[in-house]
Amino acid sequence: MSINLQALSAQLLVGLINGSFYALLSLGLAVIFGMLNIINFAHGAVYMMGAFAAYFLLNFAGIGYWPALILAPLAVGIFGMILERTMLQWIASLDHLYGLLLTFGLALIIQGVFQNYFGSSGLPYAIPDALKGGMNLGFMFLPIYRGWVVVFSLVVCIATWYLIERTRLGANLRAATENPTLVRAFGINVPRMITLTYGLGVGLAALAGVLSAPINQVRPLMGADLIIVVFAVVVIGGMGSIMGSIITGFALGIVEGLTKYFYPEASNTVVFVLMVLVLLVKPSGLTGRAA
Amino acid sequence: MTTITENAIPQPRRRINDAMIAFVLMTALLAVVPLTGIYPFFVMQALCFALLACAFNLLIGYGGLLSFGHAMFLGTAGYFTAHALKVWGLSPELGILVGTVGAGALAVITGLIAIRRQGIYFAMITLALSQLLYFVYLQTPFTHGEDGIQGIPQGKLFGIFNLANSTTLYYVILAGFLLGFLLIYRTINSPFGEVLKAIRENEPRAISLGYKTDQYKLMAFILSGTLAGFAGSLKVFVAQNASLTDVHWTMSGEIVLITLVGGLGTLFGPVVGAFVIIAMQQYLAGFGQWVTVIQGVIFVVCVLTFRRGIIGEIGHYFKRSL
Repeated sequence: MSINLQALSAQLLVGLINGSFYALLSLGLAVIFGMLNIINFAHGAVYMMGAFAAYFLLNFAGIGYWPALILAPLAVGIFGMILERTMLQWIASLDHLYGLLLTFGLALIIQGVFQNYFGSSGLPYAIPDALKGGMNLGFMFLPIYRGWVVVFSLVVCIATWYLIERTRLGANLRAATENPTLVRAFGINVPRMITLTYGLGVGLAALAGVLSAPINQVRPLMGADLIIVVFAVVVIGGMGSIMGSIITGFALGIVEGLTKYFYPEASNTVVFVLMVLVLLVKPSGLTGRAA
Repeated sequence: MTTITENAIPQPRRRINDAMIAFVLMTALLAVVPLTGIYPFFVMQALCFALLACAFNLLIGYGGLLSFGHAMFLGTAGYFTAHALKVWGLSPELGILVGTVGAGALAVITGLIAIRRQGIYFAMITLALSQLLYFVYLQTPFTHGEDGIQGIPQGKLFGIFNLANSTTLYYVILAGFLLGFLLIYRTINSPFGEVLKAIRENEPRAISLGYKTDQYKLMAFILSGTLAGFAGSLKVFVAQNASLTDVHWTMSGEIVLITLVGGLGTLFGPVVGAFVIIAMQQYLAGFGQWVTVIQGVIFVVCVLTFRRGIIGEIGHYFKRSL
């Protein structure tokens, strides 16, 4: 079998980009799950909101890509914190499945509202001038923006890992995950920490949305199917480890890219099939604790 | 910790219990529908969804397992029955059998995979599995992709009942619904059902008492999936098509919503919920995407303030288990 290196590396790049989004989204899910013990079904919807926030900033305020990279996640993160304070907080003591149901409802509301005003078709978002064009690497042509997305996502993922695993704030966070009552006794404001954590997770999803806007267009349902793949990623990787979700996210993106080249019919399903295999061999996921 | 069902009220043993009275009342009401001039198509559709939600409720309400992929049984049975009727030219009873058995086989496979994890993971796995099936059905030729299978002949059930007649079809669907409902009622009140409830309340304890909880959960999953498939097969005769909508995750969400509104873990809740939600969709059909928004709002309101659901609240008020 002859391998077309040009086509293979192009698909690998697409895979790496999807992997970046999987990593950013599953990372956010893991952070939220660690603190709030809920699965944020609205994660796909806030990813979409991030892309729309960038679109609004550009078209209504004339604010470009670079400020949007900070402003959009911030705005969506604040929106998330309001949701946490007004709703999620009240069901914290109930069965965790209620959190899933509540956030599913929120996802329906958010996606429905956007669909009403923007239909289902995509809105264009231009690549910023500084990242236009591409480089010829000899064996492939690398569009600069796509390379940027992969590198920047990786940096954000590592930074988040550092924040949680290596800083004092992260230590407090992890302690509060293990035993909230005891941490409160030390005078740390745990409810505020929970709110900020939810904001952080949601902000990461929104950031992925901004990054994806120039590549995938801005659509109200852009996160709806993505979130189900990310759930499969989370089941495969397990939510016990931050680094685990990052690595699993990127790895599955690459696997998906390879599948697109070698057996395109299965590219939609390969992540789910892998999930089934992992569940059969190691039910607790590759890095996670059994739950 | 509060469990997902707040509707478990201890029931004194009585010769004629509330559930029986309610069942007779429900049957009588449903039996006179064709005489009242209510649009039978609406009631038939609601009955199919009611059975589907009852099957779903068996898992979540009595086994504590939230399946977010029950649409896969609905859709699979629909496709199988539609294919059997249209392409193989089978009679309706055999078509229903093909669909229901197909869904049952799917439940065996998916159940073996899904019960390996619990709680939130179980929900995510069932959702992912149903999405996997969605893509499979999108690509296999026999489902006709986006078009779906259309113009399905209704035929004659057992060679006697002409299902093209809407009144006959209505009573056949009603009979199918009641059959499924009674089977679930019997299951819940059997020793098997009691063990299931014990697993829901405290799985480690059930294990320590010697029950192989995985086998019980798998059995419940298979039963639930098969009955959901039965509902899907019946629905083919009402809608006369089988399409991707029935396999999509939005459908799984709708099943959850119906049960939540009616009352998780109540016997009659899913039935009431089905009529409420299907009626709402009928009346709001002209509002486009706002229906999705309203469904989302109902989800949020139910979870925040109305967790017992309609029947659960009624039961709680009268201190009865319905």
